[in-house]
Amino acid sequence: MNPEAVDGAPVVLSARRVSKSFSGVQVLFSVDFELRQGEIHALMGENGAGKSTLVKILSGFEQPTSGEILLDGQPIKLPPNGGAEALGIVIIHQELNLAEHLTVTESLFLGREVTRFGVLDRKFMRAETRRVLDLLGSHVDENAPIASLSIAEKQMVEIAKAISRDARVVIMDEPTAVLSREETGILFRQVRKLRDKGTSFIFVSHKLDEVMELTDRVTVLRDGQWIKTSPTAILDGEAIAQLMVGRELSSLYPAKTEPDVDEAIALRVEAVSTGYVRDASFEVRKGEILGFSGLIGSGRTELMEAIVGLRPRLSGDVFVEGKAVPSGDLHAANRSGLAYMTKDRKAKGLLLNAGMAANLTLQSLERHSRLGYLDPGSEAAALARARRRFDIRVRDANIVAGRMSGGNQQKLLLAKVMETEPQIIIIDEPTRGIDVGTKQQIYHFISALARDGRSIIVVSSEMPEIIGLCTRVAVMREGQIVGMLEGDEISEHEIMRYAAGLKKKAAA
Amino acid sequence: MSVNEESSQNGIRRRSWRDVDLRAVAPFAALALLLIIGAMVNPNFIGVNNLANVATRSAFIAIIAVGATFVISAGDLDLSVGAMVAFIASLMILFMNSGAIADPALMLAAAVAFAVAAGAACGLANGLITTVGRIEPFIATLGTMGIYRGLTTWLSQGGAITLREPQLQEMYRPAYFGSILGMPVPIVVILAVTAVAAFVLYRTRYGRHVVAVGSNSDVARYSGIAVNRVRTIAFVIQGLCVAVAVLLYVPRLGSTSATTGILWELQAITAVVVGGTALKGGAGRVWGTICGAFILELVGNIMLLSNFVSEYLIGAIQGAIIIIAMLVQRSLVRKS
Repeated sequence: MNPEAVDGAPVVLSARRVSKSFSGVQVLFSVDFELRQGEIHALMGENGAGKSTLVKILSGFEQPTSGEILLDGQPIKLPPNGGAEALGIVIIHQELNLAEHLTVTESLFLGREVTRFGVLDRKFMRAETRRVLDLLGSHVDENAPIASLSIAEKQMVEIAKAISRDARVVIMDEPTAVLSREETGILFRQVRKLRDKGTSFIFVSHKLDEVMELTDRVTVLRDGQWIKTSPTAILDGEAIAQLMVGRELSSLYPAKTEPDVDEAIALRVEAVSTGYVRDASFEVRKGEILGFSGLIGSGRTELMEAIVGLRPRLSGDVFVEGKAVPSGDLHAANRSGLAYMTKDRKAKGLLLNAGMAANLTLQSLERHSRLGYLDPGSEAAALARARRRFDIRVRDANIVAGRMSGGNQQKLLLAKVMETEPQIIIIDEPTRGIDVGTKQQIYHFISALARDGRSIIVVSSEMPEIIGLCTRVAVMREGQIVGMLEGDEISEHEIMRYAAGLKKKAAA
Repeated sequence: MSVNEESSQNGIRRRSWRDVDLRAVAPFAALALLLIIGAMVNPNFIGVNNLANVATRSAFIAIIAVGATFVISAGDLDLSVGAMVAFIASLMILFMNSGAIADPALMLAAAVAFAVAAGAACGLANGLITTVGRIEPFIATLGTMGIYRGLTTWLSQGGAITLREPQLQEMYRPAYFGSILGMPVPIVVILAVTAVAAFVLYRTRYGRHVVAVGSNSDVARYSGIAVNRVRTIAFVIQGLCVAVAVLLYVPRLGSTSATTGILWELQAITAVVVGGTALKGGAGRVWGTICGAFILELVGNIMLLSNFVSEYLIGAIQGAIIIIAMLVQRSLVRKS
């Protein structure tokens, strides 16, 4: 946090007038970027602003269409496919790249195993792994298989890997998206320690507070253009958000509308238990937005999946408008007007190799078929409708889902779920990994759906989202609903007390 | 804000050359190239008679491969099809030899129904073992391959099973050797089977579900698709296609043995992959598969008609083709 020292530091890696097009569509326009030695440099922008592309170019995974990359002031053509690691440029991908079956030590030395007389020197590699992990203050066991680690621990192993390769530049693409607050804190401490030793970091994130807390400088991209580079200290969150969006952000959350007390009960969940979730009961009224908060691993997703039939219930009942929904039958739940939107849009929500229309109608194909014959015209009309309604913006109408930005993917997923015309929508992490502009849009969609008389359940680990959207909040802890907050009770402090087990609901 | 304007933007967008997926076109380009090479090697090659002959002989593999397109698109694999051909053909001939029905026409109709049912049952067995038994399709069908082949050997006692009834043989012969409107029956059957399969794969809910399951079974499950049912039905479709191939195979020789259909599973998979279907699932190309089957047969034919490569090398050339096809596909992956 010493701007002068950073100011004078030499530039390690830079991009000069870099442009990039994919099959004729330009996504980066003559962007400049400079990373100095020993700084943490945030790269910010809305989804589709070109952050990922720039990061891929800086790490050699893509080559620029024009412009050049300089390493220590010398123009260089970075070798593709991770070859840049040999030059000290390491990228830690959002989807961690670790082989689940290997141990921590094996992962660290993968591809550059140390041998003595042609035989693996396992003792040396274990000791070296321990040394690096200790350096990071990590307690991960060097002999543990990767599969047994938490996501935060895996992240730590990735960073250890970067250090053990003498990385000079570490690029982190949304490293905290899957981390809890404590884990984020640990990660930041290690990053600062390494920064002080001269390692440079590029930190791609959507979380403004984290950028303010951690980084030395910020570069903002918008629509593939460089907008501003500035020391973090002279900006505030509001200013960065404005630079990203290019307009003033009106209130992020729409006004709350509370349903009438005598409004009909749309969904009743009675004493649902699965392996982990025990005895969960709650009700949702028509037009209500009910929040589900709690720490990661508190059983929220498991409960929701049990309600909609993605996993069997051990006991308990679910009623939609008074009618029972069978256990373990998603299709029946859909037909009764209950829908679930997964938090994992890439692995469970969208077919990344398929186009928008195929994804949109996958869950509701019976609406587009006559006598078993699919009507392409009807599907195209549905897509046109959904694109208007959810403002899905793409440059090429034939784009595959995997090539869309995170925000547009999320809107497409929401559109897909809405195609089943549900009355009750369970939305798990509605805005994970998307930019602030799209977040605002999604909040307004959710609010509009509720005003339409639909019931919404929002499961979220982002506290402000829960507080800003919901009129009632259930808090889960270790598989149980431990609190139900209403009105003024809904505050970060209060939710935390329940989530951490400091407070339990009085026997109702 | 007129609706027409919107649809002209999104719906009825004009297709440009950039939209053409080279991977879908590649097998047909390869086929055209082979036809040109063949014509240069031997002028007899390009004659209608020779080409009709080639197409007729590719019928078994082509029809089986159409079924394999479904299984592979759904992300599975069926190694048992070659053994299944031998097994169902043996059952069908034994049934006809049993003389259970006196009237030959009725007997033939019953035998056809019997073979189709047997094919569906064999496919169902494969499907249930992979889905309900949760066994990797590679291993499950390796097992049933042994079972079907072993049962055939046992039924034939190591020898051949031959259709004995001459009247029945005479009546059944045209199913392979006859022609409809001047076109050999096997070619008509290939076209019919492929047309039906293409309709199912591209234009029905089930087809969309198959591709979704093969592309990402979690996404399919979260979309309310009964994944195991979709996979099982794909195996049943494979069984039905094998049965249709058997219906053409039996009148050709009127006989089967334990060595019938050996290695056909590999030829069928080759045809599917050469035709542009991704082996890891998620993209099916039925017409490409047929094209792949023709290519395999054409290569053999060209080698027979030319004199500079020994026909004993056919297997090696076919092996090389699958590798070349994969390399070409890889290089054609759209970089967009």
